[in-house]
Amino acid sequence: MAGRLEGKVALVTGGTTGIGAAAVRRLSAEGAKVYFTGSKEEPARALCDETGATFSKLRVQDAAGWPGLIDEIIAAHGRLDVAFANAGTESGDGSIEDVGLEGWNNIVAVNQTGVMLTVQNAILGMKRNPEGPVGSIIINSSMNATRPLGNYVAYSVTKAAVCALAKSAAVYCGQKKYKIRVNAILPGVVETPLITQIMNAQPDPAAARAMYEGMAPMGRMAQIDEISGLVAYLASDEAGFISGAEIAIDGATTAGMMGV
Amino acid sequence: MSMEHSAQRLKGRVAFVSGGLRGIGLACAERFLAEGAEVVLSDLDAEDSATATEVMAKLGQAASYVSANVAKEEDWVRAVALVKERHGKCHILVNNAGIDLTGPVEDLTMEGWRRIMSVNVDGVFLGTKHFVPMMAESGKDFRGGSSIINVSSIMGLVGMNEVSAYNASKGAVRLFTKGIAIEFAHKKTPIRANSLHPGFVETPLLKAGFQRWVDQGFAEKSDDLVAGVVGSTPIGRLAQPSELASAAFFLASDDSSYMTGAELVIDGGWTAQ
Repeated sequence: MAGRLEGKVALVTGGTTGIGAAAVRRLSAEGAKVYFTGSKEEPARALCDETGATFSKLRVQDAAGWPGLIDEIIAAHGRLDVAFANAGTESGDGSIEDVGLEGWNNIVAVNQTGVMLTVQNAILGMKRNPEGPVGSIIINSSMNATRPLGNYVAYSVTKAAVCALAKSAAVYCGQKKYKIRVNAILPGVVETPLITQIMNAQPDPAAARAMYEGMAPMGRMAQIDEISGLVAYLASDEAGFISGAEIAIDGATTAGMMGV
Repeated sequence: MSMEHSAQRLKGRVAFVSGGLRGIGLACAERFLAEGAEVVLSDLDAEDSATATEVMAKLGQAASYVSANVAKEEDWVRAVALVKERHGKCHILVNNAGIDLTGPVEDLTMEGWRRIMSVNVDGVFLGTKHFVPMMAESGKDFRGGSSIINVSSIMGLVGMNEVSAYNASKGAVRLFTKGIAIEFAHKKTPIRANSLHPGFVETPLLKAGFQRWVDQGFAEKSDDLVAGVVGSTPIGRLAQPSELASAAFFLASDDSSYMTGAELVIDGGWTAQ
């Protein structure tokens, strides 16, 4: 698989663990120079050692921090080709009745404003490419954009919002004749460290696992490296005609109902 | 990615592509072969026709051809038997063969309606029905299982003026695909099923369709229609068949192992507007 992203420079937000870390590994393996952001310094260091990627501590909702990161990437490699807006949270979420303003604002800040800033700054960076504005931006939404969860109102709403953001940005780039594609991916339940932690914290972890596995008709959760295959494809020139798309990757969860 | 550096990621797999002699089908066959698969393709042309002979000579030893009409069940039975005899397995099925039909709904004939449904919908059903037993067995060979790729269209997602019959046929493909995806997943049958939704692709079907519109007086020349389509596509160009083939390759490969029942829209942003 080496070579498909040779010569490209990629940025992954929330890259220290889970889907983001798997994307850092995959994009690196395909030849890209990868930068990633996050807040967990320990796993970040290990991932840098493993992949040769570069870590930059940035909170995606920190608007003031973005120009510096883009400058740093372009100073080091002269360009930016790929951005995977992956950082997300559900911390402080609840049902519509229970969610507090602090939790809501935190989730909107990371999942929605953070993604907007990622896409905005990625486009600004890609416009500085020597051959003009070219690149691929991938937003990590969720199947909960189309199947909202009752107990995670802010998460569901922000994941739906970023689908519209992807389409708006894709259409805008077309209008401006930028060769920048913007797409959203909508994963089902992925067996991330976060999900593992949630399952293990339940009174009956095995039952919790069975519940998560049963959500998809496929009868299992996705592994993190099953998401990065889609990310790598969308990042590559092979997906040159895909823009403004929402792509479900959920073991048929949103395809319909399982029946009796 | 240049073919020279291809990683042969479909080595050991067998693929069947309907409508394989031209356009998207041919591009899929070429890509699968470049990735190391063995490919059987079908189309309406006779096995000794000039087109079939020429294409097969170009595709080489790993490809073979069967003349078959996707709307005829006996042709599918024969095609499956041939794949079984030649390869003993099948991992990838691209239900690509399709025709179009345009015009005001009150002018469409029952014959025309039946014909488009028989090719675009019956063809996908029959191909699936007859290949599933073999693909269920072959799907155990790889992490991602077997993969059915049904070629729908953006016209299977949104309506368009005087395209109602084609809309209906491609919409049927979209939901048929979701139905079988859930069915296979539910039964743990190792077959994934996804639909492809191309926008405007530079294929013989598009050219023929545009020429027909010119003949019917909708436009002065085909180039004007192309310009109109390009102008309304955010990416600002037509797709190349190879770009649909790379999507089919992604869906065929283990890289899409958790994708089933999904739609892959490849339209340069056309439906995002």
